[in-house]
Amino acid sequence: MKLSDIMVTDAIIPELKAQTRDEAISELIEALAASGAIARKSIPEVTKAVLAREAQATTGIGKGVALPHAKLKGIKKPVGTIGRSSEGLDFSALDSKPVYSVILLLSSPDNPDEHLQAMEAIFKHVQRDMFRKFLRQSETRESIVELIQEADDLG
Amino acid sequence: MATVEQDVTIINRYGLHARPAMQLVELANRYSSKIEVSNRALTVDAKSIMSVMRLAATQGTVLKIVAEGNDADKAIEALKQLVESGFGELDSTGV
Repeated sequence: MKLSDIMVTDAIIPELKAQTRDEAISELIEALAASGAIARKSIPEVTKAVLAREAQATTGIGKGVALPHAKLKGIKKPVGTIGRSSEGLDFSALDSKPVYSVILLLSSPDNPDEHLQAMEAIFKHVQRDMFRKFLRQSETRESIVELIQEADDLG
Repeated sequence: MATVEQDVTIINRYGLHARPAMQLVELANRYSSKIEVSNRALTVDAKSIMSVMRLAATQGTVLKIVAEGNDADKAIEALKQLVESGFGELDSTGV
């Protein structure tokens, strides 16, 4: 699976308005709905599921990256978006550091293998220092989209 | 210095998704031994969440855990138990 297969270009937010973790999650879910990737009426349910997952254990995996996610009925194939915060957000991350890149992923509960493949596609890139650095520096949607494309091409 | 190997099978339905992967990494970090986990294609550092997530280990996947160091035996035993317990997901929605 490629990152560009998962990430909804129109829902990418190069500068989150959010000041908190919950605001960031809401903003990204709202953007997915605005782009038509998820139904607008599903926003409350999706938000609740993502926050419930976050309450179980932080998805702030360290090095400035968080991957809030949830499995939801009604999501057919893995769908996600990226938000960038230049100020940094408190996700109670594993390394206790602020989060600058928030990658939201929604997937189907009926296809756990596909969820793992989507996660693998994300982590393949996120584990690279250069990818994280460029993502943190990308100030426009276009540059984030380009970064995703280049990362996919790199394999 | 001992090197210990163990094959383990992922039994919980959702596989090695983020939460169990974090449990595994957290447990691995309690030991001083060098610990690696591999599927057929990839061998990764068991102490790094970003690496372990790359295994994309689904239900039924056999992973090989290799520990090298003074507490290798203990590390392998603990990790084996964690995986075989289904990461505590067997009696809930993870079945």
